[in-house]
Amino acid sequence: MTAEQIIFLIVAAGIVGSALMVVTTRKLIHAALWLVAALFGVAILYAILQAGFLVVVQVVVYIGAIAILFIFAVMLTRRELRDQGPQVRKGWWVAGLLGVLTFAGLSFIVSQWEGFSKLAAEIPADADTLGSLATALVSPNAYVLPFEVASVLLLAALIGAVYLAVKK
Amino acid sequence: MATETLIWLLPLPPLLAFFLIVLFTNKNKALSHTIGVGAAGLSWLASMVVFFRAIGVEHLGSHPFNSSANWLPTGDTFFRIGVLIDPLGAAVLFFVAWTIFMIFLYSVGYQNFGQPKGDHDINGLPPHGATVTDEKGKKHTVLSVEPMYSRFFAFLGLFAFGMYTLVVSDNLLTMFVGWEIMGLCSYLLIGFWYGKPSARNAAIKAFMTTRIGDVFMLLGIAFLYSATGTLSFREIFTAETLHMLATTPAFFGLSAAGMIGLLLFIGTIGKSAQWPLHVWLPDAMEGPTPVSAMIHAATMVSAGVYAVLRMFPLITADFTGHGLTATMSIIAFIGAFTALFSATIAVAQNDIKRVLAYSTISQLGFMIAALGIGAYVAAAFHLITHAFFKALLFLGSGSVIHGMEHGVLHTGNHHVDPQDMYNMGGLRKKMPITFWTFLIGGFALSGFPILTAGFWSKDEILADAFAHGHWAVFTTLAVAAFLTAFYTMRQITLTFLGEPRTKEAEHAHETPWTMTVPLIVLAVFAIGYGWVGIPEHFPVLGGLIPNWFHEFVGGTLLEHPEAVEFSIWPLLTSLGVALGGLFFGWLVYRNVTSVKEDKSQIPVLKNKWYFDEAYDFLFVKPAYWFAETFIYKWMDKGLIDGILHAFGWIAGKLGHIFRNYFDAPVVNGFGDVVGEGTKKIGSAIRPIQAGRIQYYMVASLAVALLVAVLYFILA
Amino acid sequence: MSIPLSWFLILSAALFSIGLFGVLARKNAIAILLGIELMLNAVNINLVAFWRYGTIAEMAGQVFAIIVFAVAAAEVAVGLALIISVYRQRNTVVADDLDLMKW
Repeated sequence: MTAEQIIFLIVAAGIVGSALMVVTTRKLIHAALWLVAALFGVAILYAILQAGFLVVVQVVVYIGAIAILFIFAVMLTRRELRDQGPQVRKGWWVAGLLGVLTFAGLSFIVSQWEGFSKLAAEIPADADTLGSLATALVSPNAYVLPFEVASVLLLAALIGAVYLAVKK
Repeated sequence: MATETLIWLLPLPPLLAFFLIVLFTNKNKALSHTIGVGAAGLSWLASMVVFFRAIGVEHLGSHPFNSSANWLPTGDTFFRIGVLIDPLGAAVLFFVAWTIFMIFLYSVGYQNFGQPKGDHDINGLPPHGATVTDEKGKKHTVLSVEPMYSRFFAFLGLFAFGMYTLVVSDNLLTMFVGWEIMGLCSYLLIGFWYGKPSARNAAIKAFMTTRIGDVFMLLGIAFLYSATGTLSFREIFTAETLHMLATTPAFFGLSAAGMIGLLLFIGTIGKSAQWPLHVWLPDAMEGPTPVSAMIHAATMVSAGVYAVLRMFPLITADFTGHGLTATMSIIAFIGAFTALFSATIAVAQNDIKRVLAYSTISQLGFMIAALGIGAYVAAAFHLITHAFFKALLFLGSGSVIHGMEHGVLHTGNHHVDPQDMYNMGGLRKKMPITFWTFLIGGFALSGFPILTAGFWSKDEILADAFAHGHWAVFTTLAVAAFLTAFYTMRQITLTFLGEPRTKEAEHAHETPWTMTVPLIVLAVFAIGYGWVGIPEHFPVLGGLIPNWFHEFVGGTLLEHPEAVEFSIWPLLTSLGVALGGLFFGWLVYRNVTSVKEDKSQIPVLKNKWYFDEAYDFLFVKPAYWFAETFIYKWMDKGLIDGILHAFGWIAGKLGHIFRNYFDAPVVNGFGDVVGEGTKKIGSAIRPIQAGRIQYYMVASLAVALLVAVLYFILA
Repeated sequence: MSIPLSWFLILSAALFSIGLFGVLARKNAIAILLGIELMLNAVNINLVAFWRYGTIAEMAGQVFAIIVFAVAAAEVAVGLALIISVYRQRNTVVADDLDLMKW
């Protein structure tokens, strides 16, 4: 059991625990905050995976924007006595069962893959993953198109959100 | 031109006249009668040429003028038809040509050609008179022209064609064709004045009655054809064929020859109005008088006797000379019976034409009886002489009626019947030519000795009967001859002698030349024709002129018949009945002035022995019942319509069943069930779509997992 | 690195399932969106793990993850705007109350 593995297990437990709290906690504010915790855990995971840029993006975008948005939305839509009573629907056990089944199924399918237990290769010292990523995002031979499309998508979302939120 | 060609051609002019008049000249009276009389004249001319050539041939009987052609294919061979003039044919052709020509000529005057159109004459009724204004402004009524003038000549033409065809035929089939054409024409001509119900009924009666005879005749022809395979006279009347027919047995104990002869004779019973099919002939007087002359003297009834004469070898095929065969006995019986029977009726008739009608039936009986006892030549002789003097008598009576009609129109009293003899009297002064010719005819009919043809022919029949010992026939015929002379003299006395009994008779006058010339011509024959047949052994006169007729006509038969031996007794009987009858007739009737004094008006005789009533009861009424009740009411309306109504009712019920028990519930129901069921299922399932998104997601995920699991289990 | 790939994959599967449970079982619409975010993160973990454990020169994994970020952001923005809008209209954020898309 190397140090990496231990760190991984701790982080994984943290993520899973936070996620469980997100979906079960009664108060919605708490759910949003637990989500922040889970997102932090995912960021750490990215760091373990040596995707440095993604760590930053995760923290800035997910936690910094999306989670904040959630908190705003919760604030804007809260009412007294709302967070009382069960927060799950009547048929929640069906959903639980389905979740378990999904987990089992996914695990099973993936475990059938022969590269299931492979170990990661070492990153060569001179590999510039960040530079390659940047190049890939703007290179016409690579992913410039999805990149641009994503920006259009964001623009659309921006306009849409504004439109929806504007009081008539 | 070859004689055979002439013979082929001679029936054709009257046929052509028929078509021309019917198709083209119907409106033009003068043209129509010219075509008609011209055609009759042409045929007469051709017949005379043929006749004179025929009598010039030695033994014409063994090689007659004969020409035939293939007509119907019958398997390997052909059925041939053709023409034949043997001695009998030539003799018959002679009188047929003369009488037809005279009747055509007579019709011009009889139908009042040249007279003005009637005041209110309609097609279908006899002409009724026209009012004429003379220079002084006086109006008087005269005879008017017949409105259907051209049609009359057309029909006469067709009739003449039928008779000529019958006479020149060399086979039974075309003879039968001519026979039937004449039957049709008798219907057309008797019912010429179709506006009169009595004429219509008489036409139907004539056609129906002769038709009954014709059916049996056709059976006989069929039997003959099946027995011999031919209908040609020259082929049947050979010794071998006759012997074969005589020895083949047929029904009722008769030989084939006898049976066929009997069946063919039944046709003659119809056509020649013998008892029991005599009922049509007196009613046939409804037709115009030239028609009566044509039908009842010259042609149609003679055709019946001619048919028996033709088939004589067949009828006598099993006759050995001793004792009559069954067929011959039947023929002799019917002939003799009819002769006496109708003579008794003639005595009581008051209509001038009716007397002549019954007299015709009676004289035909004489001829038939003669054939029945085997007197071939005598029968032929009497046929020819009778044709002449009977035609003469009929045309004469027509002349008398015309004269009387003048009188009726003059007095304007239309209730006076111009045909009733009791309205006549004294006409000898008013209509002399008619009187003398009628007298000659009447004497010929009675058998006035030596001078008239009727004497010679009737005497020969009696002589033959006497010589062969047929006493019943002899006596019957003698009594009938007496009655004949009696009623003839009665007729002449009432009509011509004495004083006019009515105003109409006073105003009668002689008829035009187109009517009197034929009378004179026929009178010449009525006198002269007898002299060609004087028997050889006749006292004084016999042997002076050879018995040409006997030689000539006798040559037709295979075996030349022997001349009868002369005996004084039949001669005396003849003289006695003829002169006696004439004398008694004159004696009784010279002072009779009205019907009430007439002792002959016995109801049984006047009503023709009630035969018409009997036939009506036995045959006509049942036939009507059969048609109206049985066929129409029960079969047609009841059974056939009933079946159709049943079909309709069944169809209706089936339709009802199909509609209400199948179409509506099953078919409609099925459709309704599908629709309603879909709606119900839809309504039942609809709540699944609750609109709650998480529910949708759960459901779809569950299904996806299920499919994945199944995939992995099964794969 | 000594962590087998399988650990990442199992983690990602678990996170995904938890997120799924949240989507299907939570009443509040915002909570549903939270569940969706968890699922998207699970996907991202999967993508980056495959990048790291596959060809490192092949940037597809990271690029894909970046795109997912963008999509998630857009989606959250619009989704929350929708929920707020609905809240203003109907005064509710309970998903089960929004059931107009039915028969």
